[in-house]
Amino acid sequence: MADLLLELFSEEIPARMQAGAARDLERLVVGALTDRGLLFEAAKAFYGPRRLTLVINGLPIRQPDVSEELKGPKVDAPAAAIEGFLKKSGLTREQLTVQETPKGKVYLAVIKRDGRPTADVLSEVLPECMAKLPWPKSMRWPQKSNQPVRWVRPLHSILCTLDGEIVPFTFAGIGSSNRTRGHRFLSSGFITASRFEDYARKLREAHVVLDAEERKAIIFEGVKSAAFVHGLEMIPDEGLLDEVAGLNEWPVVLIGAIEDQFMDVPAEILQTSMRTHQKYFSLRDPKTGKFANRFAVVANMVAEDGGKTIVAGNERVLRARLSDAKFFWDQDRKTKLEDRVAALGGIVFHAKLGTQLERVERIEALAGEIAEKIGADMKKAKRAARLAKADLTTGVVGEFPELQGVMGRYYALNDGEDAEVADAVRDHYKPQGPNDRVPSDKVAIAVALADKFDIISTFFAVDERPTGSGDPFALRRAALGIIRILLDNRISLLLQPLIAFGRRSLRRSSATAALKYRDEAVPYVLEEGDTSFKKFEILWLNKWGPIGDRLPTHEEILEAVLFAIPDTEPVIFVSVRNVSEDGFAPIYEVPGRLVADETQRSSVLVLSKDDTIAFFADRLKVALREKGTRHDLIDAVFSLGNEDDLVRLVARVEALQVFLKSDDGANLLVGYKRAANILKIEEKKDDQRFDEPVSLLLCTEPAEEALANALYNALPIINDAIDKENFAAAMREMSALRAPVDAFFDKVKVNADDKAVRANRLNLLGSLRATLHQVADFSKIEG
Amino acid sequence: MPKAKTFQDLILTLQNYWASKGCLILQPYDDNMGAGTFHPATTLRALGPRPWRAAFVQPSRRPKDGRYGENPNRLQHYYQYQVIMKPAPADIQDLYLDSLRAIGLDPMQHDIRFVEDDWESPTLGAWGLGWEVWCDGMEISQFTYFQQVGGFDCDPVCGEITYGLERLAMYIQDVEFVYDLKFNEDFRYGEVFHQAEKEFSAYNFEVADTDILFQHFKDAEKQCQELVSGNKKLALPAYDQCIKASHTFNLLDARGVISVTERAAYIARVRALAKACCEAWLETEQGRYTPRFG
Repeated sequence: MADLLLELFSEEIPARMQAGAARDLERLVVGALTDRGLLFEAAKAFYGPRRLTLVINGLPIRQPDVSEELKGPKVDAPAAAIEGFLKKSGLTREQLTVQETPKGKVYLAVIKRDGRPTADVLSEVLPECMAKLPWPKSMRWPQKSNQPVRWVRPLHSILCTLDGEIVPFTFAGIGSSNRTRGHRFLSSGFITASRFEDYARKLREAHVVLDAEERKAIIFEGVKSAAFVHGLEMIPDEGLLDEVAGLNEWPVVLIGAIEDQFMDVPAEILQTSMRTHQKYFSLRDPKTGKFANRFAVVANMVAEDGGKTIVAGNERVLRARLSDAKFFWDQDRKTKLEDRVAALGGIVFHAKLGTQLERVERIEALAGEIAEKIGADMKKAKRAARLAKADLTTGVVGEFPELQGVMGRYYALNDGEDAEVADAVRDHYKPQGPNDRVPSDKVAIAVALADKFDIISTFFAVDERPTGSGDPFALRRAALGIIRILLDNRISLLLQPLIAFGRRSLRRSSATAALKYRDEAVPYVLEEGDTSFKKFEILWLNKWGPIGDRLPTHEEILEAVLFAIPDTEPVIFVSVRNVSEDGFAPIYEVPGRLVADETQRSSVLVLSKDDTIAFFADRLKVALREKGTRHDLIDAVFSLGNEDDLVRLVARVEALQVFLKSDDGANLLVGYKRAANILKIEEKKDDQRFDEPVSLLLCTEPAEEALANALYNALPIINDAIDKENFAAAMREMSALRAPVDAFFDKVKVNADDKAVRANRLNLLGSLRATLHQVADFSKIEG
Repeated sequence: MPKAKTFQDLILTLQNYWASKGCLILQPYDDNMGAGTFHPATTLRALGPRPWRAAFVQPSRRPKDGRYGENPNRLQHYYQYQVIMKPAPADIQDLYLDSLRAIGLDPMQHDIRFVEDDWESPTLGAWGLGWEVWCDGMEISQFTYFQQVGGFDCDPVCGEITYGLERLAMYIQDVEFVYDLKFNEDFRYGEVFHQAEKEFSAYNFEVADTDILFQHFKDAEKQCQELVSGNKKLALPAYDQCIKASHTFNLLDARGVISVTERAAYIARVRALAKACCEAWLETEQGRYTPRFG
């Protein structure tokens, strides 16, 4: 058994790429070895600023020998065939064996292949693996090789040994060796190492901690204990810890001071500035939680003066940084948030969706609607929505976009806004991720929901959906946010009207935009250079038909936009038709997006079909999967089409899940599937649906009549229970159907000879189907 | 090692240091430009197969960064020190670190770090991978391996180092306000440049005649295009016009007369010029491969 040690030593690798590269290296090498029959005991990859290291323990020193059997022609086959087989197998006739088969005697070639030494295989596959390593960004540099390769930064040396011996190969013009280097400043010359233990020890002596996890622990403990000395504690920051561990080979924690003049700047600004620009850890008082006037910086250096110069330098840089931040903070407070709202009209939110101001106006209106529905203070909700995006025009948020909302709250309080309004300004972005807090104050909930419903409904309306590969506008996160807000706060709200609201606002604002430019030349511009359009007709779906071969008036357009189409239809609110001289010409539908000319003068908008509800269903499945909720049950309830109150929907799904786990539930599902199958076949045969009322007079069998009665009795009770949102009771009632259904299938032949009896029995099954569908679409349930 | 005590000491030390490493010590280019990378000794010489090593100070104009002489470290005119080496030597990082030692920044006393920062110039159609170099948390240099200029691959790849001289000097001299820097033992930086900062800030933001500038831009663009059209291939004069167009655009931008959408279009126009100049350069004797000693 032998151990492989591989180290790729380069110039500084970006911190964010190191862990991924180590994983990829391990995956590629392990894959290549396994493919070649080289199995091993353990593999581990390490990473740091200047090196990727891979250790594979317990490799065999040779590949296993393999023997392969090759079936040949019959013994009495023509000579040419046998010659061909010899050629193919590389054996002589004497080396062939003869095998008895049902077809007679045939030749068999047993080809033995000796396994190659592992070192040879490694020499071959390692350069291939390195060439395949997928860096997010890679570069060329001058190489002593005819076939230059790409790497993240120039590669300087390759250490590669197997069982202590160098594995010879060349990559990027660099020959492998057993040498490497230590810390850039705290060591000099080369280190020679052939085995991992030796390598790790010598690196440590040369001031390199190989394992990023160990570096993280050193930093974490170091910051903790250095803070403790000052009576402080570290504000945990996992992401920063990862990054800093990628910037150091020999982390040394130092503590610096923040000048008092900055301490009345909000802590979030100080922390973000220190984190983003300087990679400093922030500290706080463990008793009060108050942000401390000290920071922790992690140097990659044991300086001769104990770090005094380094701390002084860092304090100096921080002073300049915080002066900038303080300047913005002071400047920003000179203008009220309210007075910043108008400036949002100059910021494009999205080319198809207009400015931030238009967005704010939509959110404001929607927040008012929602506030009314959930019993929040409507005035406050609208006020908070109005101010929600105003901080985007401030200096601090310009510098640190991640402080949006947080700064809005500070400025709102500074302006003397209501505290609840200020909190809602901050919280309307929440929850930002699975670990973020969900707003619980009603005003904040109203604005947070309005913001999210607006973004989802409008982006869907202009056909900017998330795709498999990307979700640039974070619509999935918004949908999950809505789901969490509704479920965590147990708020009953119908989704569809809120989605419709966003679409309606969008149409209203684009119509208004069109009206605003009424005196400009052409109100509508088509995208594809349609110079042939001399005359226009306007058509809209609820007033189908041309209005005449003239340019439509703005009032007509506005009417079309505002009152055109039910929201769930595929919405094409305006089509422009070319009336050519020879009479009829095809209808050109404007592409499904807002089209505006360079001066933003005119617009035509076609909203795409609303499939937002299906999107929510998908998100809900993701959200509930972790709780162990079955996705098919969510589909079954969603596809009824009448349930888009998430709280109720989840209660229904949960009741259904419990029901199906019961004996009665499982059996009833079997009965349902049987009924549905029979109906499917017979309905196809007869080309009709069996959903007529059942006639008791036509029931000839007791089991048949029993089922009819059971259904007749159950239906009102089930409906009543559902109306009262008592799903457990509805399920209980369905349980009672199990016995009559089982008895029916046991005793009754559905396809009776008498036509009327047969139809009645099929109607009876149809009635069972309809009854169960009151609760969920059972056909979507798996199993 | 003694610290570079004054601003000009810093420059002289860097000049001597890079001269000793075989760099041509060139002088600043005589056109207004936003950064040392616009110097033809960088932009054009980065292309083509011929070896090249040069170092120079380049006055850099950033009209938008003017603060009327009131900001502690923002200037609309400042100095960059630029080093370009083609092909990039294998030990270029060590050469750079030695230059820090030369100016008195001892890596054994400080915390020197190479932090990911890739460089891109949309106006030059150029990009490269590299780092910003930190000294005790402060960015003191930009270090880039050029991959493309004007849309053309750099082959061989060159290494480029840019020192922000004022910022570096402020660090070495422990000065918080740029105008307090000692230029030499007798003069402060403010005595040399404060007046200019005030006047040029006013010019950049308020006074510059935008009609004239728009015309300048058009003229430069037209002249540049003509110089590389047909068989003329006058890459260097054409490139001067490209530099002028770029700076004129920066002035217009500072005057606030270019909208967000126009901005992208102007950058694309300058990039088209840069690209055409680079293409023409690759056809010249110096841009093409010709044996150096043959």
